[in-house]
Amino acid sequence: MTTTAVAHETLSTAQAINRALHDAMTEDPAVLMLGEDVGPLGGVFRVTDGLTATFGEDRCFDTPLAEAGIAGFAVGLAMNGMRPVVEMQFDAFAYPAFEQVVSHIAKMRNRTRGRVELPLVIRVPYAGGIGGVEHHCDSSESYYAHTPGLHVVTPSNPSDAYSLLRSAIASPDPVIFLEPKKLYWAKGEVALGDRREPGIGTAVVRRQGTDATLIAYGPAVPVAMEAAEEAAREGRSLQVVDLRSIVPFDDATVCAAVESTGRAVVIAEAAGFASVASEIAARVSERCFHSLSAPVRRVTGFDIPYPPPKLEHVQLPSVARILDAVDDLQWEDA
Amino acid sequence: MLLDPDGRPTAAGAARLPAGEELLRGLAGMITARRFNDQASALVRQGRLAVYPSSHGQEGCQVAAAQVLDDGDWLFPTYRDTAAAVARGVDPVEVLGLLKGDWHSGYDPYERRVAPLTTPLATQLPHAVGVAHAARLRGEGTVVLAMCGDGATSEGDFHEALNFAAVFRAPVVFFVQNNQYAISVPLARQTAAPTLAHKGVGYGIPGEQVDGNDLAALLDVLSGAVERARAGEGPQLVEGRTYRMQAHTNADDATRYRADGEVAAWVARDPLVRLETYLRTDGILDDARAAAFADAAEQVARRTRDGINRDVVPDPDDLFRYVYSEPTSQLVEQLALVHDELSRDESSRDESSRGEQSRAEAHR
Ligand SMILES: Cc1ncc(C[n+]2csc(CCOP(=O)(O)OP(=O)(O)O)c2C)c(N)n1
Ligand SMILES: [Mg+2]
Repeated sequence: MTTTAVAHETLSTAQAINRALHDAMTEDPAVLMLGEDVGPLGGVFRVTDGLTATFGEDRCFDTPLAEAGIAGFAVGLAMNGMRPVVEMQFDAFAYPAFEQVVSHIAKMRNRTRGRVELPLVIRVPYAGGIGGVEHHCDSSESYYAHTPGLHVVTPSNPSDAYSLLRSAIASPDPVIFLEPKKLYWAKGEVALGDRREPGIGTAVVRRQGTDATLIAYGPAVPVAMEAAEEAAREGRSLQVVDLRSIVPFDDATVCAAVESTGRAVVIAEAAGFASVASEIAARVSERCFHSLSAPVRRVTGFDIPYPPPKLEHVQLPSVARILDAVDDLQWEDA
Repeated sequence: MLLDPDGRPTAAGAARLPAGEELLRGLAGMITARRFNDQASALVRQGRLAVYPSSHGQEGCQVAAAQVLDDGDWLFPTYRDTAAAVARGVDPVEVLGLLKGDWHSGYDPYERRVAPLTTPLATQLPHAVGVAHAARLRGEGTVVLAMCGDGATSEGDFHEALNFAAVFRAPVVFFVQNNQYAISVPLARQTAAPTLAHKGVGYGIPGEQVDGNDLAALLDVLSGAVERARAGEGPQLVEGRTYRMQAHTNADDATRYRADGEVAAWVARDPLVRLETYLRTDGILDDARAAAFADAAEQVARRTRDGINRDVVPDPDDLFRYVYSEPTSQLVEQLALVHDELSRDESSRDESSRGEQSRAEAHR
C-alpha cells in the first residue's frame, strides 16, 4: 500500500468519515452506502450528508427499517461485486443484525475456503458520553471482537477515522467500523487521499512516556491522553497507546510499549467482564510477564447496563479513576 | 371514516358514531394529550428532558388505544406512545422517566398494565403476544393492545409477533400508527403492499385500515377488534393512517426530507379540530364543558412541568441494585469503589482542595 496523501484539512470526525465515503465512492463505483435515514437526511449524525445528492439514489440510499435485512442484503451485494458500506443507526440497534453478522458475514470466507469474499463495512456509532437514553450508548465491541472472521476497528480522532475507513472499504474482509459518538464533533487535522498507512492491524503510540503505559482505543483515548497530561503535572511520565484496531490486534506495538515501561493500565468504556479490555490485559500479562513490575490493571465500565444520562459519569472511565489505577502499580517496589 | 375532515358525519358515521359521552371522553383525552405533548416538547427546549418524540397530530390514535381497553387489559406502547400511557392513567411525570434521563423507565408496568416504553423498534410485539398467551393459559379475559409505527412493520419482530399470535390465536390487537414516516424515510420505502393492514393476510389475521385522525372511527374499529379478540377470534391488525405533524424529535430537522405543503395538508386534518367541530355543531359540547376539558389538560401540563422541573439527585447505588436479584460479588466490589470515590470527592470539597490531591493522598 502506498502513502499518497494529497492534502490536509481540519475536519470533525463526522466530516472525516463523510469525506472518506465520498472519496471511496468517487474512486470505485462498486462502493455503496446504505442504511436507515442515510439518504436525503444524511444520517442522524449527518455522516452521509450530501452523498445521495452527489452520487444519486443508487449509490447512497435508505432501506426499509430492518437491520437483519440490511446486513443480509449487504452480504448479497458483496457476493455480487459490490462493496457495501452499511450504517447502523446506533450501537444497540445493530443487534437485530447480529445473526447475519455472526453466522454469515464472519464465516463466509472460511466456509467457502476463500472462494466467497465479503468486502463490506458495517459502520456503528457506538459508546457513551453523549447523554443518550437507554440503547443509545452501548459499547458493543466485545461482541464483535469475540467473533472470528470480523475485523474490528475504532478511530480516536478525525485523521484515523478517515484513513481507517478508507482501509476498511478497501479491505477484502468484513470490517466492523466503530465510531465513537462523543468524538463525532471533535475536530482535527486530516490527511486526505488514498492513505492506508498505518493500516488496519496497527496500533500507534500517541504519547511517549517512561513510567507506565496506558492502553486505550476509540472513545477512551482522549481520556487516557488527559490522564497522561495530568500525571505529568504530578511528576509521572505516562505513555499512551491507541489501538485503532482491536482485530487484528497489534501485539508487537503493545508489547514493545509495555516492555519499555514495565507497567500497564488498560482503559475501555465497555463493561469489563469478558471484554476486549480483559483480552488485552491477558495478552500483555502472558507476553510481557518478565518485564512487568506490577499486575496489569484495567479501568473499564462497571458490569452494569449502561446508565441513564444523569448517571453516565459514574460509568465512564475518568482521569481520576485512571490515575488511581496508575497509583496502584506497586511503585513502592520500584 | 365516520367523521370527515370538516367534522361532518359520513354515511357510515350516521349509523355507527359512538355515543356522545364516549366522544366527549375522547375529546377530553385528546386535548390533554396535545397539551402534554406540547408541554414535553417545551421541557426539552428548556433542557429538562433529554429528548422528546412528540405524537402531536397523532392524539386520536393515542387516546383511542387507551380508551378501548378495560382495566384488566394490557397496553404495549412503542417509544413515541407517551400520550397513550398518560391516557391510560399512568402518571405523566413517570411516563417521561426514560426521556428525563434519571432512569430507563419511570413507572410500574403492573400498576396500570402498561409495558415499559423502550426504543428498540418492534421488539415489544412478541412480548405482547406472550402476555396474551399467558392470560389465556391463566383463564383471564385479558386483551393486549400492542402499538408500533409504520417503520417498525419492516422489522422481523413485527412479522414473528403476528405469526405467533395467529398460530396461538392470542388475544392481541396490533395497532400500527402509520404516520407516514420513519424519521426521514417515507412509507414507500417500508412497503410495496397496498396498505399496512394487508400485512395480516399472510398470517391469517384480519386487517383493517382506519382514518387515524378520526377518533370516532378509531373507537369504532379498535373496540370492534378488542371485542373480537376477547371473544376468542384471535389476533387483529388495525392500521391507523395519521401523520407526525412535527419533527421526529427535537433533534431532527424535518425540512430536510418533506415539504411544508405536505405538513399543512395534514394540519388541516387535525383530529382535535375534527371531533370538536362535530361535537359543537351537534350541540353535544358546550363552552362550559370545553373549558373544563382545557382546565383538566392544563392541570396535567402543570403536574408534568412541576414534576420534571423538580431536581432529583439520582442515586449511583441504583446502578448496581437492580442488575440481578442479588448483586454478584463483582458488583459489590465495584459499588464499594464508587462509594470510595464519592467519599473522597466529598472530603476534597470539604477541604476545598483539589480532587486530584485527595486522589493522590488516598493512595500514598
Ligand atoms: C431496532 C431499531 N432500529 C433503529 C432505531 C432508530 N429509530 C428510532 S425511531 C425510528 C423510526 C421509527 O419509525 P416508525 O416505526 O414509523 O415510528 P415513528 O417514529 O414514526 O413513530 C428509528 C429508525 C430503533 N429505535 N430501533
Ligand atoms: Mg412512522
